[in-house]
Amino acid sequence: MNTTSLSAFEIARRVRAGELSPMQVLEEHLAQIAAVDGIPGQLDPPAMDAREEQKVHAFIQVTADLARKQAEQIQAKLARGEDPGPLAGVPVSIKDIFCVQCTTTTAGSRILYNFRLPYTATTVARLEQAGALILGKTNLDEFTYGSSSESSAFQPHPNNPWNTQHVTGGSSGGSAAAVAAHETPLSLGTDTGGSIRQPAAFCGVVGLKPTYGRTSRYGLIAFGSSLDCPGPMARNVSDAALMLQVLAGADPKDSTSSIQPVPDYLAALAEGVRGLRIGISPDYDHIAYPDTETGEMGIQAIQPEMNQAVREVAQVLASLGAEIVENVPMPNARHGIPTYFVISRVEAASNLHRFDGVKYGYRTQKPVQDLSELYRVTRAEGFGLQPKLRILMGMYVSAAAHSAHYYQKALRVRSLIRADFERAFDPTGPYRLDALLTPTTPTTAFRRKEVLRDTVLMQYSDQMTVGANHAGIPAISIPAGLDPQGLPIGVQFFGNDFREDLILQVAYAYEQATQQAPWRQEVPQALRATEVK
Amino acid sequence: MLPEKITREMFDKLVSLAALELDEEESEYLRTELNHQLAAVKELSEIQLDEDVQPSLHGIECQGNPPRKDEWQPFPDPDAILALAPEREGRYFVVPEIAQPGQEGQ
Repeated sequence: MNTTSLSAFEIARRVRAGELSPMQVLEEHLAQIAAVDGIPGQLDPPAMDAREEQKVHAFIQVTADLARKQAEQIQAKLARGEDPGPLAGVPVSIKDIFCVQCTTTTAGSRILYNFRLPYTATTVARLEQAGALILGKTNLDEFTYGSSSESSAFQPHPNNPWNTQHVTGGSSGGSAAAVAAHETPLSLGTDTGGSIRQPAAFCGVVGLKPTYGRTSRYGLIAFGSSLDCPGPMARNVSDAALMLQVLAGADPKDSTSSIQPVPDYLAALAEGVRGLRIGISPDYDHIAYPDTETGEMGIQAIQPEMNQAVREVAQVLASLGAEIVENVPMPNARHGIPTYFVISRVEAASNLHRFDGVKYGYRTQKPVQDLSELYRVTRAEGFGLQPKLRILMGMYVSAAAHSAHYYQKALRVRSLIRADFERAFDPTGPYRLDALLTPTTPTTAFRRKEVLRDTVLMQYSDQMTVGANHAGIPAISIPAGLDPQGLPIGVQFFGNDFREDLILQVAYAYEQATQQAPWRQEVPQALRATEVK
Repeated sequence: MLPEKITREMFDKLVSLAALELDEEESEYLRTELNHQLAAVKELSEIQLDEDVQPSLHGIECQGNPPRKDEWQPFPDPDAILALAPEREGRYFVVPEIAQPGQEGQ
């Protein structure tokens, strides 16, 4: 038992009290990475042997030197009698989509393989100021475009610590895996359609997508600018609250960051759920899935354990005094993915035009005739399949000839999706919910390679999560059991605008009430392997 | 009436507008996936909307920062940013010919 099993909260408490050296915390976490992670993601990976196949591969880059410097600064502050901050000595990993000075920021893409910006994202800077140790950059789907983290140009991709033959989910898959495998107690992810919550669910950790604008996007490489939200990933709810407290707040460098005051998330945690109204919706117990040849929508059942988990969580909350409100209609939930297929692709295509081999990043080494060929060949070689597909889809559905039919229509359907949530949370409406409880995903973690080539099925992995991104509202995924294969099950709470405090409170109440549940005593395969040694 | 499927010809045009180049295998795969995705969004066209349903550019009303003052805030080390360029001369980015003779406007 060493510090890698401790919560972020406990590490910071002991470091601030002078009971624990930040250098010891750092070295023990680096040793854990060395034991479980295997080779880092890279552009030209060596052949994988059976041993590497069972490693986690959460990281593209481990920044031990940077973290050691930060640990020394914490020690110096403590020696001077200064408070080193609420995350003093806490190891944090960063999804490799955030710019961090002194690191390469690849976005999991060849086109940014050498991108070393001389500034740091606001969210990361806030973590550093709070005393966190930045241990490295985690792997992800290329430019965050995916739900399995397999599409990274940097291979091997992350594996699920619970069963390395299964995916981590994505796109913040390296972050979720790093947290689940005790490599860092916290990780910074991003969520555009479910990219924090879906991998959190697959890897059995907590992931929170804040309200749009609650956390700054400055220094984040953009995917869907109206949807992207940085947010915390952690092993328990109070650590997620602690991390959100540090991340949240207005940023002069992001004009969409909100000036709403940030409440005390930790103080709200223990207030319990007595009297709170928690909704369940029949529109979240199945998915509407299209036939990819005809476009006809059919209803598909989801894995039965997901619905079972929702019922069990509702029972626990009811036993704690919450009022469960059944049959909350969310009729537009089914439009979430079709709408996302249009809006996110238009925004992604727009954001990808800047990568051209001129100002930074990869440039083709082939001889070219003119500038236009330089662009084409650089982009052909630098982008993988997923960015290419998003550029083409985004350009098609926003082209002048099709925009009214696709993009403008999708923006209006987005209003309907938002209206479902507004009605559910309306304090004078028929439902007056404090939170809406749903499964986080239609299934537990699927097997590697099983879905990768089917881009429609992959996108539908976000069917349960994407509504929060369209609506701009916060949502949290928390572990709620294991399926018969021993893979984690996640449930999700949606909350009203800026009510992260409430969904954290509900999640915390469930977590505390189930501390003794048998499934919570199980540990991921990746950790069992290290215990043997 | 919109075409239901992206034909090879339309696809190649899109690829060119996107400043991409694809090999045969990539083209076939991406065009297939594109058509599958368009089938998946077909549902949107069937949704009946009241005239008063407005488009949402963001889910939540933007409650952002008031605009900051229009003041010059120089980055302390612009050369560190310029140094990221694949090829440069002094403080200029170097690129190949902008266009070959006879190819203007391509």
